[in-house]
Amino acid sequence: MQAEVKQTDQEVKHAEHSEFVSFTVAGQAFCLKITQIREIRRWSPVTILPHAPADVLGVMNLRGAVIPIYDLSARFGLQQTEASERNVVIVVSVHGKPVGLLAESVSEIISINPDEIQETPPVDSRNTMEYIQGIISHDDTMVRIINLDAVISAPEQVML
Amino acid sequence: MSGSIQDTFFEECEELLEATDEGLTAIEGGDHDPEVVNAIFRAVHSIKGGAGAFGLDDLVAFAHRFETVFDEVRSNRLDLDPKLIQLLLRSSDHLSALVEVARDGGEVDEAHHDTLLAALDEYIPEEEEDLTFEPMGLGGPAAAPEVIVPQEETYRIRFHPLKEMYGTGNEPFFLFQALKDMGELTVTLDENELPGFDSMDVSDSYLAWDLVLVTKEPRSIVEAVFEFVEGLCELSIDGDGDAEAEANALAALDAMFSAPPVEAALPDPAPDTAADSASAPFEPPAPAPEPEAKPAAAEDKASAPKAESGKQEQRSGPKPTLRVELERVDRLINAVGELIINHSMLAQQIANLNVSDTRDVETELEGFKNLARDIQEGVMAIRAQPVKPLFQRMARIVREASAATEKTCKLVNEGENTEVDKTVIERLSDPLTHILRNAVDHGIEKPEDREAAGKSRIGEIRLSASHRSGSVCIEIKDDGAGVNRPRVKQIAIEKGLIPENAELTDAEIDNLLFAPGFSTAKEVSNLSGRGVGMDVVKNAVTGLGGRINISSTPGKGSTFTIILPLTLAVMDGMVVSVADQTMVVPITSIVETMRGSDDMINSLGADGTLLSIRGNFVPICDVAGGLGLYRESDQQAGVYLLVETETGQRCALAVDDIHDQRQVVIKSLDGVCGEIPGVAAATILGDGKIAMILDPESIIAASPTAAAFDTERRMSNAS
Repeated sequence: MQAEVKQTDQEVKHAEHSEFVSFTVAGQAFCLKITQIREIRRWSPVTILPHAPADVLGVMNLRGAVIPIYDLSARFGLQQTEASERNVVIVVSVHGKPVGLLAESVSEIISINPDEIQETPPVDSRNTMEYIQGIISHDDTMVRIINLDAVISAPEQVML
Repeated sequence: MSGSIQDTFFEECEELLEATDEGLTAIEGGDHDPEVVNAIFRAVHSIKGGAGAFGLDDLVAFAHRFETVFDEVRSNRLDLDPKLIQLLLRSSDHLSALVEVARDGGEVDEAHHDTLLAALDEYIPEEEEDLTFEPMGLGGPAAAPEVIVPQEETYRIRFHPLKEMYGTGNEPFFLFQALKDMGELTVTLDENELPGFDSMDVSDSYLAWDLVLVTKEPRSIVEAVFEFVEGLCELSIDGDGDAEAEANALAALDAMFSAPPVEAALPDPAPDTAADSASAPFEPPAPAPEPEAKPAAAEDKASAPKAESGKQEQRSGPKPTLRVELERVDRLINAVGELIINHSMLAQQIANLNVSDTRDVETELEGFKNLARDIQEGVMAIRAQPVKPLFQRMARIVREASAATEKTCKLVNEGENTEVDKTVIERLSDPLTHILRNAVDHGIEKPEDREAAGKSRIGEIRLSASHRSGSVCIEIKDDGAGVNRPRVKQIAIEKGLIPENAELTDAEIDNLLFAPGFSTAKEVSNLSGRGVGMDVVKNAVTGLGGRINISSTPGKGSTFTIILPLTLAVMDGMVVSVADQTMVVPITSIVETMRGSDDMINSLGADGTLLSIRGNFVPICDVAGGLGLYRESDQQAGVYLLVETETGQRCALAVDDIHDQRQVVIKSLDGVCGEIPGVAAATILGDGKIAMILDPESIIAASPTAAAFDTERRMSNAS
């Protein structure tokens, strides 16, 4: 009986809340909606793409598909990540194509009530404003919600 | 839903138009076999029928006129003289154009449309105008229907469908309508079996009909109406005809069994009878329902996918075929590519195991490899298609181009059955069109000039395809005037493509045609001068991993040769390492490989280095530098790949090491990233790592040394 009640509670909670995966990039906390993430992999050396911009690390073999890997930190205008075994690649699907995003490490899954999401306060960086959809406070730290469509533009304009 | 049916219609139209073209080409070549004429007639008729269902009035009207003329030819009332053949060819082209307009939108050339209609009308006797709207069921050999003297007959038909018939989507109304189209029909409903409302089973069949039909059609045609409901109804047909009529009907029936079907757009039998119809693919078709009955037929067709495959089977003759979505084949190709990669990964893992006796495993692995190769070849073969349809379309281009330039040309096709990857065929269409237009516009001379030069008035363009050691060779050869070299050179100088005092070899001048921004037409004709030059053709061909060359003899003509890889999915590559990265260079572009020593390298100027090969000096192009990579280790580029570019220029690509030569599966980088200079595509190696497939041509173009050397050479030639 008790268990049943508990489950209903959880269901209600599910309906209201969205789940986000939080991770760190260059020491800052970011998060992505869990439904946007296809898988999370350990970093392994990638194949360099010649003439690629600094935030494109290269390409990786994901079960036979060639997917580009972006350095989120460099993309956000932070310092370039020295990728190592400890880092993770978050595979997301943007514009119908899989894309890998290099992050320092994945932290946890957090449940967020849409009401908790605050608008990004205006700061003097257009990149930041574009890439960040909103912010939330979680355990007294600020977690930035990434606007994936802005971070990875349509395939035609990815490079050059 | 209607979209997909319409797609099917257009797909069929394409096949039918091909058949029409093929038939007309045969007739043009002197083959006046009545069966050829019949085949064209049937194809045009099917297009008309389908177009009617979709309300494509222009198409229907034109197809009808076209078909009527063919009917005249079929019944030997018209002679196939060259003038008529030309008209028919032009009409067939216009029919294709109309289909294209119906499918893709756009404008019909009204003036042309009206001219052709008027020209066709001249061949149509007034009173025959509506003849072709009669059922075409007897579309067999022309002789058979003609011998039957039409005689009014009365048939008493008792038709009682079983409930299964309704389950297959057949509808008595359409059957009756088909009958009504043959003559006078009286329908009486017999509802005696209808039970009381309480005991009625909604899924059962209680109704029967008594029909009286007065028609000139033979019994076989009447019977054919019920063809598809055979076994699904209780049916009796009583005619009052005599034995002679019966015999005639039988003869007609025989004729039909030996002839391919005319109308396939009828509701196909549902699954339980599909087996029957499949075992007898040449069933006589039922009389064609009038266009207004077609939409229902088309719907039935869509709801019963079996109808599709069955029909396909019928049209392509003895070889059964299967129509498969391209995407499914591509998925299979990808999977096979994975399988091959997986095999090499497995082999590498086993080698790493340090097991002393791996012989057994290796034998099995070898078998695995062979099987994988077999599957791969099989899958590739699915994508391969003969170039015939493409070549046939080209005949139309040549006809149109000839008409526009008032020249007479004929296109001779060779090696039409050469099979090439579907994508290659699709992407070859534009370049070929352009080359052929050019050949007619610039290559072939005016008939008077040809006569003066002692050639036949009719220009000949030969389009041939053949397999040549792992690649496909397509040749376009005209017997025209050849490249006007002084003029080409003058234009190149005017456009600033070459210095004024440049001295070029004949081959170099010919290749100027491919230079961007080059166009020889004195005034921009509306034919080939459409703002695109031969450089676009060249780009399209190189985009397919191929090469294009031109050779020309003044007064004798020019030949364009296009060499293409057999498939776009797999290629032979040399695995090299460049700045700690593994990369693949296409074997086709490599002339020779060598390990260099210091004394072979000569400096030229501050940065330029030349490699001496048996007394010849070729510029060295450092691949790592060209790609913007730097070496972390001390390893120096010590191995040279001698490659040759389109223009015949040689260059030594400097790489760190050569590892292996193997077949690699090409993975496109489209959608992964934009175009990368120097990189053509990517592949996955045995260790699961991705390697870039290099494009030597663009590496050299980007390399300052080689590019500079090229200019220097031109300049030194010039002085």
